[in-house]
Amino acid sequence: MQRSMNASARLIMSVDEATVRHIARLARIAVSDAEVAALAPELNNILGWVEQLQEVDVEGVEPMTAVIPNRLRLREDAVTDGGIRDAVLANAPAAEHGFFAVPKVIE
Amino acid sequence: MTGLTDLGIAAIRDGVRSGDFSAREVAQAFSAAVEKGRALNAFTVETPDHALAAADAADAARAAGALKPLSGVPLGIKDLFATRDVRTTAGSRILEGFEPPYESTVSGNLFAAGAGMLGKLNMDEFAMGSSNETSAWGPVLSPWRRSDGGNAPLTPGGSSGGSASAVAARLAPGVTGTDTGGSIRQPAAFVGITGIKPTYGRCSRWGMVAFASSLDQAGPMARDVRDCAILLEAMAGFDPKDSTSLDLPVPRWEASLSADVRGKRIGIPREYRIDGVPAEIDEVWEKGIALMRDAGAEIVDVSLPHTRYALPTYYIIAPAEASSNLARYDGVRYGLRRAPPNGNLTDMYEATRAAGFGAEVKRRIMIGTYVLSAGFYDAYFNRAQKVRALIARDFERAWETCDLLLTPTAPSAAFALGEKSNDPIAMYLNDVFAVPASLAGLPAISVPAGLNAEGLPLGLQLVGRALDEQSVLDAGLALEERAGFAARPEAWW
Repeated sequence: MQRSMNASARLIMSVDEATVRHIARLARIAVSDAEVAALAPELNNILGWVEQLQEVDVEGVEPMTAVIPNRLRLREDAVTDGGIRDAVLANAPAAEHGFFAVPKVIE
Repeated sequence: MTGLTDLGIAAIRDGVRSGDFSAREVAQAFSAAVEKGRALNAFTVETPDHALAAADAADAARAAGALKPLSGVPLGIKDLFATRDVRTTAGSRILEGFEPPYESTVSGNLFAAGAGMLGKLNMDEFAMGSSNETSAWGPVLSPWRRSDGGNAPLTPGGSSGGSASAVAARLAPGVTGTDTGGSIRQPAAFVGITGIKPTYGRCSRWGMVAFASSLDQAGPMARDVRDCAILLEAMAGFDPKDSTSLDLPVPRWEASLSADVRGKRIGIPREYRIDGVPAEIDEVWEKGIALMRDAGAEIVDVSLPHTRYALPTYYIIAPAEASSNLARYDGVRYGLRRAPPNGNLTDMYEATRAAGFGAEVKRRIMIGTYVLSAGFYDAYFNRAQKVRALIARDFERAWETCDLLLTPTAPSAAFALGEKSNDPIAMYLNDVFAVPASLAGLPAISVPAGLNAEGLPLGLQLVGRALDEQSVLDAGLALEERAGFAARPEAWW
């Protein structure tokens, strides 16, 4: 109970522009100053609205992991696919020598 | 042969079988309607050759006495399904030009059953929207207009808006849709057609562009309940390529279809009576209750106490899963790439995703990233999964006293384009009646039940127990027969 009170108190803190930039960085989406200014109130509005879940008593409730009980299957550890390099690369914006090409990652 | 486009799935199948017309004539009639209906913006790609090839195969199969369940039936395929060598973008610029080298299981199942494809159907970007306005390729228009003489363009709903519009305007006799939190049922209700979301796991998600994997489920949309049963039978089935696919035989839903609901207990959840919903919604609900009672069903009052928490739960879980699923769009393997001069790999990711995703998708990725980030996971995501368990438990308890639930499908009739697009939460509220069944993975159908004072369709939803699509379809048929919905939009396109 104490823990959820603390969580609740912390959640009420609103998302500021620095937080928006941090989330955008984590999500790998470039954002302009104007977008940050617009996103902060939008995200606050949505987060404020979902805040109502804090009032639900979830003591002793297990989080749902599968809507329909279903055991994860195992399959034989065998190659079932492959040899389709050209098909895999067909939609790549840039492919060279049979590989995906990206900007230089090692200086 | 204008009459052919007035036929549904069963009538086309049976007519081709008995030789009343050829499959080729059917494919040509619908392809012509698709072309004539371009003002609706329902299709993003037209594939008349695909439909014709399937039709010719059907005509040959008839001559050889080897007809398949959907021989001669041309369909529209929502652009969320990967179709081999046919552009698949899920309504997003970030998948611009993507031509999958593979076929989704669901579209492949339909084609294997003899169906052809008229084209790919427009939709909200990555299925994130309730009005089709988030599509990178422009909104779909509903064929319906208000009877007040105004010509305000109306939304067909979303995210399966192209699917809904195409069926209502008779551009296709049936289509695929997908439903994450109401994306089959709300558009079906908005345009006066029928759509069913089956139990989670009935239809394979393989080759379906992922939004929120614990919720995404394919289903058919068509003119009536029987046509939905026929299509669902062909779409569903176990698929080892989808880890949550249910390894169960597909019931013969069409053959078992019965409008006899005598003795069925139909629950009316009291928490679905919410403030601010227009009177016309309550009225169509009351009408549906009276019709089911008239059909011999027993009407019982039930309680689903956590209903009001379903939408906020959904708007934590769905964006969280989306933020993870959409991480794959990195400008490396397919789709759009934006690489700033002299930029590094991260610059490329950030520029690509900034240019490729629309505003609503970015908003949801950001919300999802936030609720999953260090320090917030427990308070948001984990708590939402616990509330989700409580919502599912509400349904389990309701099934102790009833067999089905009857509710409105959406809290309003179709609205005008632009009316809600500046208020995300007002838009989210469209799915207030649809989302609880999604969170619990339950089968649910929307059936057209009447028109409002402005002459626009209103739908009713029936929700059933997990795996009990049969009861949902049967009750839907009973409702359909008694509601006698026959209105259709006047062609202006």
